[in-house]
Amino acid sequence: MSPATAQPIPLPADWRDFLSLTKPRVMSLVVFTGLCGLLAAPVSIDPIIGFVAILCIAVGAGGSAALNQWWEADLDAKMKRTAARPLPAGRMERTSARDFGVALSVGSVLTMGLAVGWLAAAILAFSIFYYAVIYTIWLKPRTPQNIVIGGGAGAFPPMIGWIAATGEVTLMPVLLFAIIFFWTPPHFWALALFVETDYAKAGIPMMPVVAGHESTRRQILVYAVLMLPISMAPFWLGVAGWLYGASALLLSALFLILSLRVAVFRGGAEDSDMRPEKRLFAYSVFYLFALFAMLVADRYLVG
Amino acid sequence: MDKPPLDPMEQRKRIITSRNRVLALVLFGLVALFFAISIAKMS
Repeated sequence: MSPATAQPIPLPADWRDFLSLTKPRVMSLVVFTGLCGLLAAPVSIDPIIGFVAILCIAVGAGGSAALNQWWEADLDAKMKRTAARPLPAGRMERTSARDFGVALSVGSVLTMGLAVGWLAAAILAFSIFYYAVIYTIWLKPRTPQNIVIGGGAGAFPPMIGWIAATGEVTLMPVLLFAIIFFWTPPHFWALALFVETDYAKAGIPMMPVVAGHESTRRQILVYAVLMLPISMAPFWLGVAGWLYGASALLLSALFLILSLRVAVFRGGAEDSDMRPEKRLFAYSVFYLFALFAMLVADRYLVG
Repeated sequence: MDKPPLDPMEQRKRIITSRNRVLALVLFGLVALFFAISIAKMS
């Protein structure tokens, strides 16, 4: 065969492509909430074992993110936001992403079990299965409640962090789970309200596409109302002190006000460019970081 | 001034070399990690 007619050999995937499969930005939130769960627990843990626990949570999240991208490569190709990812852009073979995801997932669970504890490892394994199979493969393409269900996957890290430190499931790790679980729908629906067209193009039944804006706004408000008692519960139950209680009250009250702005008091000139929704989305990120940071601060300063 | 584009074979070699380096780093990191875990578990 002459060089002129030879087929070009596709370039191999760069290590940066493998890194981007793990969704490092999402991982930063996972590491932060997992670390907060670990630090807020009322026991001290060996720093090396604590580091391994957080590393395993992060790697497990990276593995499930790689499996998510392996499964959703065709959907990602249809959305502007995700079209440049390694699989839809054709920089990597699908099987490489699948094998990478499985290796990270199995490696993180085994290391967690051997180094930290098998209860934390079992919950980590379930969280990976929940995200990769229950959410990504089964329910995300089938129901507009996909975000509520997906919230469960993101809610596991602080729970795993707490259990890695204490070795047992008590009320507090369940509350930490509940905080992220109920925070996720208003956070993502606020985003989905202003990037709706992208999701619609990929055929994902996001709430604003299926149920309409009005219904989505109402549901955002319902979850914001629920966030107030749920975020205050650690204080009311005596697991967290006044510093956390006061912060949770203030942060959740502002969350509720911004959600009210999205759900009820609309109609001004600034509303047409979705400014209230963008503001709620930006605040919701700050809210979660601040709430968990205050939980840790409360443990070391007050309690 | 912009660098001239690498030819595909050269680029291929560069990517594989950088991938091997990262893999070696990860493997070394894992060895160090399991060594540290063993020490922490024994103490």
